This record gives sequence, C-alpha cells and structure tokens, in this order.
Amino acid sequence: MKVQDRAGVTTALEVRDLSVALGRRPIVSGVCLDVPEGGWVCVIGPNGAGKTTLVHAIAGLLPRSGSVRLWGRRLDELGRRERARTIALVPQLPAIPESFTVEQYVLLGRTPHLGLLASEGAQDLHAVATALERLDLGWATSRRLDSLSGGELRRAVIARAIAQESPLLLLDEPTTGLDIAQQLRVLELVDELRRADGLTVISTMHDLTLAGRFAQRFALLSGGRLVAEGTRGEVLQPHVIAEHYGARVRVIDDGTLGWAVVPLAGPDP
Amino acid sequence: MSSLVRGERQRLNARTRATVVGIVVLVAAVVVGLLVGPVRIGAANVLRWLFSFGDPPPGMSEQQALILADLRLPRVIVAGLVGASLAASGAAYQAVFRNPLADPYLLGAAAGAGLGATIAVAYGPPGALELTVPIAAFIGALVGVGLAYGLGRSSLGGRATTSLVLAGVAVASFLTAVQTFLQQQRSETLRQVYTWILGRLGTTGWDDVRLALPSVALALATLWAVRRLLDVIEVGDVEAQSLGLNVARLRLVVVVAASLATAAAVAVAGLIGFVGLIIPHTVRLMVGGSYRSVLPLSVLFGASFLILVDTLARTVVAPAEIPIGVITAFIGAPFFIAVLRRNRRAV
Repeated sequence: MKVQDRAGVTTALEVRDLSVALGRRPIVSGVCLDVPEGGWVCVIGPNGAGKTTLVHAIAGLLPRSGSVRLWGRRLDELGRRERARTIALVPQLPAIPESFTVEQYVLLGRTPHLGLLASEGAQDLHAVATALERLDLGWATSRRLDSLSGGELRRAVIARAIAQESPLLLLDEPTTGLDIAQQLRVLELVDELRRADGLTVISTMHDLTLAGRFAQRFALLSGGRLVAEGTRGEVLQPHVIAEHYGARVRVIDDGTLGWAVVPLAGPDP
Repeated sequence: MSSLVRGERQRLNARTRATVVGIVVLVAAVVVGLLVGPVRIGAANVLRWLFSFGDPPPGMSEQQALILADLRLPRVIVAGLVGASLAASGAAYQAVFRNPLADPYLLGAAAGAGLGATIAVAYGPPGALELTVPIAAFIGALVGVGLAYGLGRSSLGGRATTSLVLAGVAVASFLTAVQTFLQQQRSETLRQVYTWILGRLGTTGWDDVRLALPSVALALATLWAVRRLLDVIEVGDVEAQSLGLNVARLRLVVVVAASLATAAAVAVAGLIGFVGLIIPHTVRLMVGGSYRSVLPLSVLFGASFLILVDTLARTVVAPAEIPIGVITAFIGAPFFIAVLRRNRRAV
C-alpha cells in the first residue's frame, strides 16, 4: 500500500500527535511529522529537547501514544522482525562488543531476515560484504572492533544498519565524537546511499552547519514539542535559534562560502 | 568480497583449530580419568577396554574391568557433564546479563540449587529422590538467580558490572546459611548431603549419570540452538530490540536453560565454583567473543577441565579426596580478580 500526495510523492513516515512519557514526565508531546520517501529530515533542538526519545519512539522501542505510520501501515501492526526490516536504527552511543570482528558485528544486521533458529546463508554474507564495501570497510572485515578508529567504528555501525536493508534509516547523532573530516565522510556516505537506494533518512544533529548542508527539511524540537518544521531557510533562522537554543548565531549564505551557521560568542580577538 | 571470504576463512580456522584441540584434550582427559586410581590398570589395557566397548580384553582381570565400568567410567562421565553444564551456563549467564563476572556459583544459582536439593532430601518422600532432587534443585537455582538479578538491579543500580555479582554473593551466602541450618537440624538423614554439598564425586555411579543426563542434554541443546541470538544481545537491549529480537523472552529462555544445567550439576556434584568463569573466558581468549564459538567450545573444554580437576582431587592426598570445589576455587579466585581488573572501566 503506497500513500501518495497530489504531487505523486510517497510518504514514508507519517507521525500524528506522538507523545512519550517516562513515568509521569512527558518527554515528547503531540509531534506531527511527515517524511517523504527518499528524503532526509533532520531533527534538531537543544540538549534534552527529546530528540533521541522521538527517534526511539518512531523505531517502536518506547511506549507511546498517537500514531506512527510507515508507508501507510501502522507501526503497531508490524511484528518485531518486520518492523526491523522496515526501520534501521544507528544509536547515539552504540554498545560495542569489542572482541567481535567487523564482519561478525555487521552480520547482526541480518537478524530480522533470519528465522529464530536459522543461521546465515550466502545471501546474508553477500549483504554484509556489500555494506562493508559501500562504507569503505572492505579491508577491515576480519579486524576486531577494538582495533578500529572512532570514524571506522561509526562506519561499521552504519554498515550494520545498511546490511539490515531497511528502507528507513534513523541516525541518532551520527557525527558525535568524530573529527571534521570523518564527520563529512560519514554524512557523504549516508547521502550517497540515500540517493542510490532511495533510502529515507531521519537524523538528529547538533552541528547545524552540517545539518543544513545535507538534510532537506528540519524539525526543531524544544521542550518535547515540535516548534518549527520546514526547509533550512524557514527553520534555521537566527531568531528561531536564539529563542530555542538561547544562542546568538549568524547564518551565512553566499555564493563563495556556501551556507553556514556561525555562533557569535566569546571575545573576538 | 575476497577479503570477506578470507576473513570468514580465518575465523573458521581459529574455531576449527580450537575445536580439534578441544576434542583431543577431552579424549586425553577421559583416558587420564580412567587411568588414575588406587588400583593400577595399565594405559594399554584401559585403551583396549575402551575400544572393546566394555568387554574385558585378554590380560585384564574381571575386577579391573568392574572398576572401570562401575566406578571410574560413570565418575568421568558425570564430571564431564558437570563441567560442560557449569561452563555453558556461565557463558549463557554472561551473555544475557551482559556481565563478564556472571557465573552459576557467584550468581546464587548453585547455592539455590543446593538448598533446593537439601530440602528435597530432608523433607521429601525418601523413595522418590531421583525425581524430587533435580526438580527442587532447578526451582532453587531459578530462585537464586531471580533474587540476585532483582536485588542487583533495584538496590545497587543495575548498570554496574559488580552490583549483580555483589547481590549474587549475598544471596548465595544467605541460601547457603539456610541450607547449613537445615543440614544441622537433620544431621542424621543428611549425612549424605554433607559429603555431597562440598562439591565431590566420591560416591558417583550410573545413578548419577541417569539423574543428570536428561536435564543437561535438554539445557545444552537449548543453549546451542540460541547461540546466534546471544551475539545479538551483545549490543544491548535497545539495539537488540531494534534488530527485531524479543530480548525479554530470550533472556527468560536462556536463564531457565542455564539454571536447569546448573541444577543438574549441583544435584550430582554439589557446589563447584568458578568453572563458569574460567572456561568461557579462556575460550574467548582463543576464538574471540562470538557465542557461536564460545558456547560449544565451553561445553568441550568445561567437560575436560572438570574431568582433570576431579582426577587431581582424588590423587593429591590419596587415599583421601579433596573436594573439587576447593581446587576450582584455588584456580578460579585469582581468575576472578584478573577478569575484574580487565573490566575495571565497566565496574
């Protein structure tokens, strides 16, 4: 079942009035969001705004109220494994089994494709090999995870999600802890995969400049509520950022420098 | 693609090598276990007897054949079953609790099984011990693990590696105290319990093989079937769920199976600590952390280890015997410290 709007664009994810509470404390309240198939939506917002909670709720990992639909089907209707074949999550702080080889680790992404007691076949090994090649990790197949650098490790986690072959990819802070070159590399690889395979990507990000260069639309979360949604020109405006982040920024957009959000703080030497 | 095939081959090689070594060591351990004892039976005779499947070969006395068939062989088999059970359940507890220090003994599972078995011997119908002891031991093991897990999570903050083990040690001490009390109360009927609870196989016969084998087979088959899923839990509950795994159900199945194996081991051999720690960690050093390899190899090496330890236990101060638990603790306690130090960051 495909859900298309008038322009013929399929809606991959439709979120309506989504709320999540931990105990009695509301973390996410009344969020509505549409993500088109093949699009990249970035969830932004200050620390503690509820971004990770929102992502985990969309992945079906938290008790929630409201409705989440994936390609028209209700999230609750999907079985565990079917859900995992639809949504792949790259968490902010993945647990790393250090003594696993890269291949053993990426093979875990095949879990939702395997029967409970089955073992992997040639197709699964092929999916793993392809994922590793696409994330430039073909050379690292039999390396142990604890021998990888931070950037390589992050790519291994993304390779696991790619081996999962789910059409919706959730990336929670995919660039945390990486140097600037590795941040760009990870985001460029994700963008290539999105364009080549028609993946739908939802990411949370703190670096607004990088977010603005890769994502097509932005959802600004503040205090658990969706306070702005739209293109970067609509959402990433100095007065919006000042209001919700409490930070003074300048947004630069010219032909030579490209587009950037620059914080204005500290002494100017 | 070629590098993947190469990686796969290397991994298989390490595992194949470890499996071959494991089988050779097991065969050697069985032969040594049959060879050593107060009555001298030559190695050639033992081997000939083994390969004639119990018929006394020429040159071996009737009495020697009886010693092998009714004393040494069942004892070696039970030691193997106990070692395999304790090592595999240690690995399984480590997987589902994501805790490198989990061990049937340190989690209170073994102490619970000991208490259950003691209650069955002291208060149960005397005629049906073959049935009541394993069941009571199994229930006791589940109670022990359940208490340790519940207390470790609620009172000490569930994240720390040590909190589960601290709770487990407290639970084990408490259950052992209750068990000792019962034993003192019923010192007449429980004389057999006393010799058994210290961890020894001095009176083992084919009865014990029959007592342990069904539970051990069922438990090990279950753990073997889910070994791939144990790898998925390694990435934590949230990520495992995002990969489509029903983590709570898997954890329950694995804890029940591991407790069944522990209970069977305790029911025939008493409290033997640290095997579930020593063996899986040694195997990990050989083949890495994937449970596809760790679990089957723990069964193999656990069996050999306990057969050899039992052989040592009955020879060092012959004709007396040292409780097996004393020897495993002698090796295991330093091992525990080493694992604790390696995982200091997580504690």
